[in-house]
Amino acid sequence: MTIADIAQVIAKLVVILVVPPCLLGVIARTKARVAGRVGAPVLQPYHDLLKLFAKGSVVSRTTTWMFLAGPAVALVGALVAAALVPVGGGRALWAFDGDFIALAYVLGLSRFFTMAAALDTGSSFEGMGAAREATFACLAEPAFVLGLLAVARATGALSLSSFLGPSLAHLWPVAGASLVLVAAGLLLVLLAENSRIPVDDPSTHLELTMIHEVMVLDHGGPLLGVSLYGAAIKLFVFAALLVRIVVPIDHPAWLVWATFLAGLVAVAIAIGVIESTMARLRMPYVPALLLSACLFCALAIVLLVG
Amino acid sequence: MTGCLVAVAVLLGSAVAALIAGRHRRAPAAIAAVGAVIAAGCALPGAIASLAGAPPAELAVAWAPPIDQLRLGIDPLSSFFIIPLVVLGAICGIYGAFYLDDQRSRRWLAAPACCYNVLVAAMLLVLLARDAIGLLVAWEVMTLASYFLVVFDHAQPEVRQAGWVYLIASHLGLACILSSLLLLGGTGLGFGAILSHPPGGATAVVAAVLGLIGFGVKAGIVPVHVWLPEAHAAAPSHVSALMSGVMIKLGIYGILRTITLVGPALPWGPVLLGLGVVGALVGIALALYQRDIKRALAYSSIENIGIILIGLGVGLWGARTGHPTIAVLGLCGGLFHLWNHAVMKGLMFLGAGSVVHGTGTRDLEQLGGLAKRMPRTSTLMILGSVAIAALPPLGGFAGEWLIYLGLAHGGIEAAPGSGLVLLLVVAAMAMVGVLAMLCFVRIIGIGLLGQPRSDAAARAHESGGGLVGPIAVLAAATIAMPFLLPLLVGALEPVIGQVTGASLDTGVASDALAPLAILGVVLWVGIGLGSVAIRRLVRRRKQAETWGCGYGAPTARMQYSGASFAEGIHRMLPRVMRARIVARPSADLFPSPGRLSADRQDPFTRAAYEPLLDRGARRFGQLRWVQQGLLHFYILYVVLAVVVVVAVVSLRDYWVLP
Repeated sequence: MTIADIAQVIAKLVVILVVPPCLLGVIARTKARVAGRVGAPVLQPYHDLLKLFAKGSVVSRTTTWMFLAGPAVALVGALVAAALVPVGGGRALWAFDGDFIALAYVLGLSRFFTMAAALDTGSSFEGMGAAREATFACLAEPAFVLGLLAVARATGALSLSSFLGPSLAHLWPVAGASLVLVAAGLLLVLLAENSRIPVDDPSTHLELTMIHEVMVLDHGGPLLGVSLYGAAIKLFVFAALLVRIVVPIDHPAWLVWATFLAGLVAVAIAIGVIESTMARLRMPYVPALLLSACLFCALAIVLLVG
Repeated sequence: MTGCLVAVAVLLGSAVAALIAGRHRRAPAAIAAVGAVIAAGCALPGAIASLAGAPPAELAVAWAPPIDQLRLGIDPLSSFFIIPLVVLGAICGIYGAFYLDDQRSRRWLAAPACCYNVLVAAMLLVLLARDAIGLLVAWEVMTLASYFLVVFDHAQPEVRQAGWVYLIASHLGLACILSSLLLLGGTGLGFGAILSHPPGGATAVVAAVLGLIGFGVKAGIVPVHVWLPEAHAAAPSHVSALMSGVMIKLGIYGILRTITLVGPALPWGPVLLGLGVVGALVGIALALYQRDIKRALAYSSIENIGIILIGLGVGLWGARTGHPTIAVLGLCGGLFHLWNHAVMKGLMFLGAGSVVHGTGTRDLEQLGGLAKRMPRTSTLMILGSVAIAALPPLGGFAGEWLIYLGLAHGGIEAAPGSGLVLLLVVAAMAMVGVLAMLCFVRIIGIGLLGQPRSDAAARAHESGGGLVGPIAVLAAATIAMPFLLPLLVGALEPVIGQVTGASLDTGVASDALAPLAILGVVLWVGIGLGSVAIRRLVRRRKQAETWGCGYGAPTARMQYSGASFAEGIHRMLPRVMRARIVARPSADLFPSPGRLSADRQDPFTRAAYEPLLDRGARRFGQLRWVQQGLLHFYILYVVLAVVVVVAVVSLRDYWVLP
């Protein structure tokens, strides 16, 4: 391992740990700008996190160890998932055949514990959020796996680091239509999995209409901080995958990093614009949206195979 | 081989001893449990040796004509099933001794103790049998012994109904198996004779289809699964655990044995793959909205049988089409998932038994708040739920992981048509995975967490060590599985060789499992550090009530219920798969009682079997006049039947054979 490799690893670690809250800041800022306000600084989420970590917490008498385990396991799962993503191009921190399936399942572990912690409070609101999360995940997960499988089939590789690597750049001219479909499908999955408009409205103050935020309704102070940080990393994971598919530049290193970071900001801005220009869908229409994501990805595979 | 025979002898001996010990206070249960443990000790070395490469052994015992010999034997395929059988048999046996203990004053416990050991012995004999007669006899004894255990609580009408359905389904299955084996054994009923004179053409196809249906009934393959949820819910929990953990797997054993006997009469890969996808989707969809915790677990068994079949199917397909990597990954995945499911489902059923023991109810809507009242049982069940939802770092993920890799390899390397199908199967498995997670989050979230939903749950008490101990052993096994399996892959090589008829190198599978073991370490370390950190972070905490959006007097009844948790996904199911809910709200000007009923009967029973059987019963009812109740008529029928048979046979020889 050369010095340059070690520097790359450290850079990736730092990006994984530091960048995610920024994305939330960019989204909030974009929404403010579109609405004609100045908005909070991009680094505001860090201030929020620090403030939350300094607080005490109020824990419901109904809860058990599961209530504390929820945010912790969710964060661990999101971090492991991020380690499997080829951040900034090249190899991920950890790559092996089939790692995209492991990524889906590690995020599944996070989801399991978040939902269980929500039900641990015995609150109907949190149960409602957990039920919605599970229901929509049933359609989001196949779309996610199909989308990545389409890219895998096109490049003939089974690891995220290889199929989002150099071979993808040659693929765009040949199978551009499929990749556009995959990107569209994954964007929808990103919006759903990260509880963004049009699936969920994270900024509403009505518990009845929310998904992720209502699951962590009883988590306050440091627990809320850990949940928010974990959610930010999850958003980062999906955004990074999307950026790598859309911008498969592979050398030189500085350009890869520059495009990668710029791509992340672009995704965050796109989410902000979507959130500013759309209303949240009614819950019964969300499955249709996710089903179309599944169909996009399935169609991409059909195009590739045919 | 000798060890296994000794194990059978010990099991049968302890079964008889339990009966003789009769009404003595605790003796029958203790004798049976000790017998099951000793039998496990006797049978394990031989089975392990056989998987490690010892040559297959066979033993022939002279028997009365027309069966000249009974053959028993051990080979890798049977050893693979013997190991989970005797291990789970011993664990559930110990559990059972404590589980039924509170019934001691009311019931005669020698009978279930005896039946339990006979059941384990019969299953062992099914695996050891090397001819059609031995297999069929052992199969029938297994069915009857498990039937008597299923109807243990026969005072309840629904238990009797479940037993009745089980008995009928099993015997229809047995009829198929019998026909299949008789078709195959044209020249001799020993497996060796069948293998040396393999039937060809239409006979082999019919025998294969009949074998698939007959063994499929026991395995719980959709659509012949309808007995399974009823019987598993009705049986005492340690019996449910043994039935779900091992007995239904013997159906898989039978299918694999049929494959070795008939060879490629059917395109086994696509057939098993198709049945697997249907079974997994239907099983988990029906598990989602069950109110009875044990019924939900039973439907989840149907799902897992489906996943095992997906693995075996893609593996056999790979072997046929010359993709050794896919063959090894699929078959190893399916077989490992079978072991893992035996452990996990054993854990969950024993856990459910502990919940029933502590609260007296299996109704999810009457549970809740058990994590505080039964902390050990709840923690172990939560662990089991994570495992059975196939999430890393526990055992359930390991087998599914190999299946996923096999499917993905197939999807990427295969020709366009089959590649597309395999990729869609991956998506279906991903959907099944999320649905399984929903199902088990519901079971633990509604059943164990939150506030108690009834007085029974509020008064729940933790079970003693005799119940929690066996659950903990299984939990330890499911934690250890991801780390053990990479080392055990080599043991599957002879099994895979036997099923595919080709010697395949299983190195691919152990390579594929290696990152999983690392992932396990990473996750456990991460979760350990995370839980320490989070405890430090929330040192300054205040206790309060759960936030009720400002409502001051929340009650336990305001919690999200199991039905409401599953409602969103329930609405997305096809209409025929849903529960039949009839709501009659109060319609008068003044409030009057409304009515709501939900019928969660199996949709296949409701839509297909019941109407069909009802119609059949009406048709056959028209033949009542045949039964005159006079002995003369029956003698006449016998004579007529003999004359017809003799006439047909002799005339056939006269006309057909020149």
